[in-house]
Amino acid sequence: MARDFTPKVVTANALIEGDVVYLTADDRWTRDLAEAELLIDEAEAEYRLLQAEARAGEIVGAYLADMRPGERGPEPVHFREDFRRTGPSNLFHGKQAEGLSRA
Amino acid sequence: MYQYTDFDRAFLATRNRQFRAQVERRIDGSLTEDEFRPLRLMNGLYLQLHAYMLRVAVPYGSLDPVKMRQLAMIAERWDKGYGHFTTRTNIQYNWPRLADVPDILDALAEVGMHAIQTSGNTIRNVTSDHFAGAAADELEDPRPVAELIRQWSTDHPEFQFLPRKFKIAVIASETDRAVMKSHDIGLRIIEREGLRGYQVWVGGGMGRTPMVARLLRDFLPEADLLPYLEAVLATYNRIGRRDNKYKARIKITVHEHGLDAFRDEVEAAFPERRAVFSGADQDWLADIRARFVTPRLPERDAAAYYAARDNDPVFRAWTDTNVAPHKHPDHGIVTISLKAHGATPGDASADQMRLVADLAERYGHDDIRVSHAQNLVLPHVALADIPAVHAALRDAGLGTANIGLASDIIACPGMDYCALATARSIPVAQGIATRLDALKIEHEVGHLQIKISGCINACGHHHVGHIGILGLDRAGVENYQITLGGDASESTAIGTRTGPGFAYDEIVPTVERLIFAYLDLREGPEETFLETYRRLGMAPFKSALYDGEARAHAAE
Repeated sequence: MARDFTPKVVTANALIEGDVVYLTADDRWTRDLAEAELLIDEAEAEYRLLQAEARAGEIVGAYLADMRPGERGPEPVHFREDFRRTGPSNLFHGKQAEGLSRA
Repeated sequence: MYQYTDFDRAFLATRNRQFRAQVERRIDGSLTEDEFRPLRLMNGLYLQLHAYMLRVAVPYGSLDPVKMRQLAMIAERWDKGYGHFTTRTNIQYNWPRLADVPDILDALAEVGMHAIQTSGNTIRNVTSDHFAGAAADELEDPRPVAELIRQWSTDHPEFQFLPRKFKIAVIASETDRAVMKSHDIGLRIIEREGLRGYQVWVGGGMGRTPMVARLLRDFLPEADLLPYLEAVLATYNRIGRRDNKYKARIKITVHEHGLDAFRDEVEAAFPERRAVFSGADQDWLADIRARFVTPRLPERDAAAYYAARDNDPVFRAWTDTNVAPHKHPDHGIVTISLKAHGATPGDASADQMRLVADLAERYGHDDIRVSHAQNLVLPHVALADIPAVHAALRDAGLGTANIGLASDIIACPGMDYCALATARSIPVAQGIATRLDALKIEHEVGHLQIKISGCINACGHHHVGHIGILGLDRAGVENYQITLGGDASESTAIGTRTGPGFAYDEIVPTVERLIFAYLDLREGPEETFLETYRRLGMAPFKSALYDGEARAHAAE
């Protein structure tokens, strides 16, 4: 029996700015998690990660992050990804300050 | 302090040119990230959760106004207008863009600063006593020795690929203000039968296996320092473990081989090392010493200082905590708290940095220090000038009177910035400090060091906190373990875990319960938290933490 697969998004840090980016279904890097492609099939997720890793001139450290489907797109399962999509909690910097976080 | 020579400037310019070309090659695709990563780390450039982070070395925590103003300029021009001072007395910028980093490094080089060996498995920034040159109890200023070690270790070809990072601290008094015994090598300058030399301590460290350093040599003659350090490093380089990152620090090497066997290896390697040192290093040390002359401090009438203490209770409270005795009785050592209640420990805005630079220039003989406790220090201020210094600090949000108190918290960046963190630490520090301020009890509580790390690597020194807090990820939720009885002073001790951890929303009230338990338990105001803990042990504190009754009481 196939085990349950937790849906994923491909995420990384942008090469120049270093900020968090997500892969969209139309192969763009977005700063907004809501626009990310939610991958519900394990083989597809692995394949999309390989495609992302090939774009080494744009990003650093691509990996698959666990997500669950939400009303406005993928929602983080783990608090680390929640911080990554928002920015630090001590200062209003990062995505939250740039209007890119809808957390 | 030490000023760069033409040799230093040329070395740095070459290194910065190399890194600029490496960045260009990464951006144009000629270098992969796997190829580039070790190169950027050698130059202090990390990639964290939300952005790159540049860690700039502040050797032995010494700055002058020119350097500090440049740090402020960099914060405004290439970052978000602030910098973060760390427990290795470095400064970190949390938001640089990769393409800007070569320009930032050039700007640092203009004032004799760099980010070399602030990362990687090399000898890291050498730390020292932040009161060096001013403390009444020191044998000599330890910074010239730290500078000699900095020069010797920078780009030392043999020690660029050690099994793991390597940290050295140098002090020159019995009182340890530099957490010397938590370093891979701790040096204490001592005198024996009229001769200067060093006590050499080895294998201290925090991380997942905290250990207190052990005495490797009880007296090393002054001239033997560098060859002996080379013998220790070479021994570690040869027999230190490379199979497991978590067993690669020298503390594990010493532990697994045994101190005596390790010492035998070092002593066997030493004569060969000694033979190749011609004494040029000692001539150079004399030259470095000549640049670290403590400013000639004039006699100054201190009456205005004592009058201000009598008349102004706010000033008096601040001097009680933030001014330490200077070796010159008309002067004081001023510690500037970067721990305003509710602020991020160690953060300073560009404006605040410039103000500190101005004060150092006007009142402080151009001398500024960064302390491992993430504060700044003006080491030489005439007592008569301290009221003016305090007024200026207060107006800039830098007048917090809490040095050594419970809100003077060390906290690592934690999961708000760090890619390795398992939980947040900054908001825990903010929450505790805000609560203490609301209760107005910390002056009554007295000396209490709280130290918070957001993962097992222990950058927030939680193992040596009187109260240590370690943030972990327990099944996808932040959870905080508490240790008690740690000690960062010369009587270094590792804290003991109290028991199960606490949730993020529970940790501030939990620390509050501990503090109230201490107030109930102490024999009097002169007995510190640590002393009470040592007298009574864990049991009454554990009961305050975990007994249902205590919880119900706290909830009322």
